[in-house]
Amino acid sequence: MSEAITRQIDRSHMQISDEVAIQITSMNKWYGAFHVLRDINMTVNRGERIVICGPSGSGKSTLIRCINRLEEHQSGKIVVDGTELTSDLKNIDKVRSEVGMVFQHFNLFPHLTILENCTLAPIWVRKTPKREAEEVAMHYLSKVKIPEQAHKYPGQLSGGQQQRVAIARSLCMKPRIMLFDEPTSALDPEMIKEVLDTMIELAEEGMTMLCVTHEMGFAQAVANRVIFMDQGQIVEQNEPKEFFNNPQSDRTKLFLSQILGH
Amino acid sequence: MATPTPTFVRTEMLGPQEPPISQSGAVKWLRENLFSTPLNSLLTLLGLAFAYLVLRTVVPWAWNGVWSASSLGECRQIIAETLGPDSHAACWAVIGERWQQFIFGFYPLDLYWRPVLAFGLLFCALGPILYFGQSGNNLRIVGASGLLTLGALLGVRHFVAKANPPSDAILSDNPMVLVIAVVIFALLGVVAKLRPQKLVWFSILYPLIGFYLLWGGSVWAPIGTLVGFVILALVWYGLQRQVGVVVAGGAGLVTAAVWWIWVQSAVTDKLNNAIPLGLLYERSDQFGGFLLAFVIGVAAISASLPIGILLALGRRSDMFLIKTLSVGFIEFVRGVPLITMLFVASLLLQYFLPPQTNFDLILRVIILVTLFSAAYIAEVIRGGLAALPRGQYEAADALGLDYWQAQRLIIMPQALKISIPGIVSSFIGLFKDTTLVALVGLADPLQGITKIVRADINWKGIYWEPYLFVGLIFFAVCFSMSRYSMYLERKLKRDHR
Repeated sequence: MSEAITRQIDRSHMQISDEVAIQITSMNKWYGAFHVLRDINMTVNRGERIVICGPSGSGKSTLIRCINRLEEHQSGKIVVDGTELTSDLKNIDKVRSEVGMVFQHFNLFPHLTILENCTLAPIWVRKTPKREAEEVAMHYLSKVKIPEQAHKYPGQLSGGQQQRVAIARSLCMKPRIMLFDEPTSALDPEMIKEVLDTMIELAEEGMTMLCVTHEMGFAQAVANRVIFMDQGQIVEQNEPKEFFNNPQSDRTKLFLSQILGH
Repeated sequence: MATPTPTFVRTEMLGPQEPPISQSGAVKWLRENLFSTPLNSLLTLLGLAFAYLVLRTVVPWAWNGVWSASSLGECRQIIAETLGPDSHAACWAVIGERWQQFIFGFYPLDLYWRPVLAFGLLFCALGPILYFGQSGNNLRIVGASGLLTLGALLGVRHFVAKANPPSDAILSDNPMVLVIAVVIFALLGVVAKLRPQKLVWFSILYPLIGFYLLWGGSVWAPIGTLVGFVILALVWYGLQRQVGVVVAGGAGLVTAAVWWIWVQSAVTDKLNNAIPLGLLYERSDQFGGFLLAFVIGVAAISASLPIGILLALGRRSDMFLIKTLSVGFIEFVRGVPLITMLFVASLLLQYFLPPQTNFDLILRVIILVTLFSAAYIAEVIRGGLAALPRGQYEAADALGLDYWQAQRLIIMPQALKISIPGIVSSFIGLFKDTTLVALVGLADPLQGITKIVRADINWKGIYWEPYLFVGLIFFAVCFSMSRYSMYLERKLKRDHR
């Protein structure tokens, strides 16, 4: 299960501060009459690396999509970096420019080159001069190890490369928090490793990360906390070692036996 | 029998080889497309026979046509003399005799240079839109249209001098026109060479330039209209940060309307009295033929695309009022025949305007044709918007782009690309529909002018030739639009390169 993680992880910069990055209090969300998220309470401190897992339909993607308001919650409170998410567009835009998001299907802009994908938001949202934005973009593209693809279009890249571009695109906004919504689920096994390596590097630099993923090897190697969700609620959360070796609830045991069984 | 070997290891990789002759080139094409089965071979032969039968009559008819004659009777006489009695041939002389009506309608002969210059400049204005920022293409367009325009101006001058007894007005007017045209095209060429992106400003100003060249009148009228647009842009720009794009746009429009309706004419009248500058004013009933078709077609096409985009966005908006208005407008306009709209333009619209406003019939027709076509374009673009994956909107949102930035930078470039074939079909349909203006008394090339030509005692009884001529021009225009759309689709293709 952890064959994708092969290297030693440098933990020197992985420090969790006392500062609260995300505070969610008794949050509920409905899709029509369907109660997707039920009484979610959760605090994320700066520097934390949290993996959220659970069966499909358990609301884990919806939860992290609420954090940058891609989904609207109907009750409760979400505070990101001191800004509360309400219907106020200014607050939403502020939170979105501080929070990076990586999607399952990459969602690169197919009509723009890799470089343009990366410089678009810095230029238009942060008002960075074009030249400076391009320098920053090349820096992050080198970091995800594809600077030579900068002038190609997304359609010419492999899935793993596209996902790394998507990560670089988020990083170009210099976010303080990164959300990952099943970043490796749409990839071939060969490409999962390159994306996970990029995510590990990010963790090593002390980024606050929330990852919805089924990569339990990644969770064990990088996360400081694993959250298990089922039926729209948080069922169990613990540090990874305890979570995997000594799960408390029956639902967690069943889930772990199913995904780790073979 | 050889025993199968259970293991196999390739030691040498095979290189590519030439395909067999029957699988390549003309032989393959013939085989696959014309003679793949006995039935298809038979159908191919039948098709060829049919084509031969048709061409055997049509080609000699067109080829042996008479090019110079002053009436249909003279034409028939020449044909009978050269080809023998009872033979049929075209009488193209009607085109040679009456071409100026097909092209210019009843526009005064000695002012032909105005539509010619407007038409030449139209291509210079289209260049930056069709090939934005491409120095080479724009320079070629400016050069070619410049040369053709100068040629046409000289030709028209020659024609007018021949048709009219030389009067001082014509002779003193025309050389200046040539000089001005040379200067304008040279300036545009320099801009296209050095700053091709700046050429788009000419495209933005062109509607007023073209309008002024065609209708003439005081030079202050188009400048006053332009000031209205500048007011609109300034109000919008000043307010959009505080109150949002939509409200700012509305406020700008209201301010500009106040200027246009109540202030402009007072100011321009004063200016005109102080500095009377201008060209001779031409009334709308002097327009006709392809001049009319192009004025209505080009104006309606270029105005209906932005309106269509706004309507499509409005239809998908979360704001109830905007959504309802957009849906209501689109469904109402699509449910009404174009002819009804044209009658509204010619008869009803006057009732809704303030009294004493003299609102040109062609302008009214352009407005209603624009609205009609915008409703169709909106639906085509809505299809393109619906085809975009939700992830594109989400990625734009997640990066912190606001609604208009996301639409302009992410959504519209992709949605419009998907909609190109539909949009161009609408445009082609619109251009051909300009012939319907015959029903409100304008002289379109097909109904209006051809009817007039055929009513002439000299050409009574002529049938095929004028219609073929008009059809050919329509075909040339529509076919170029379709080819351009294919070029654009190829150019914008981003996958599998």
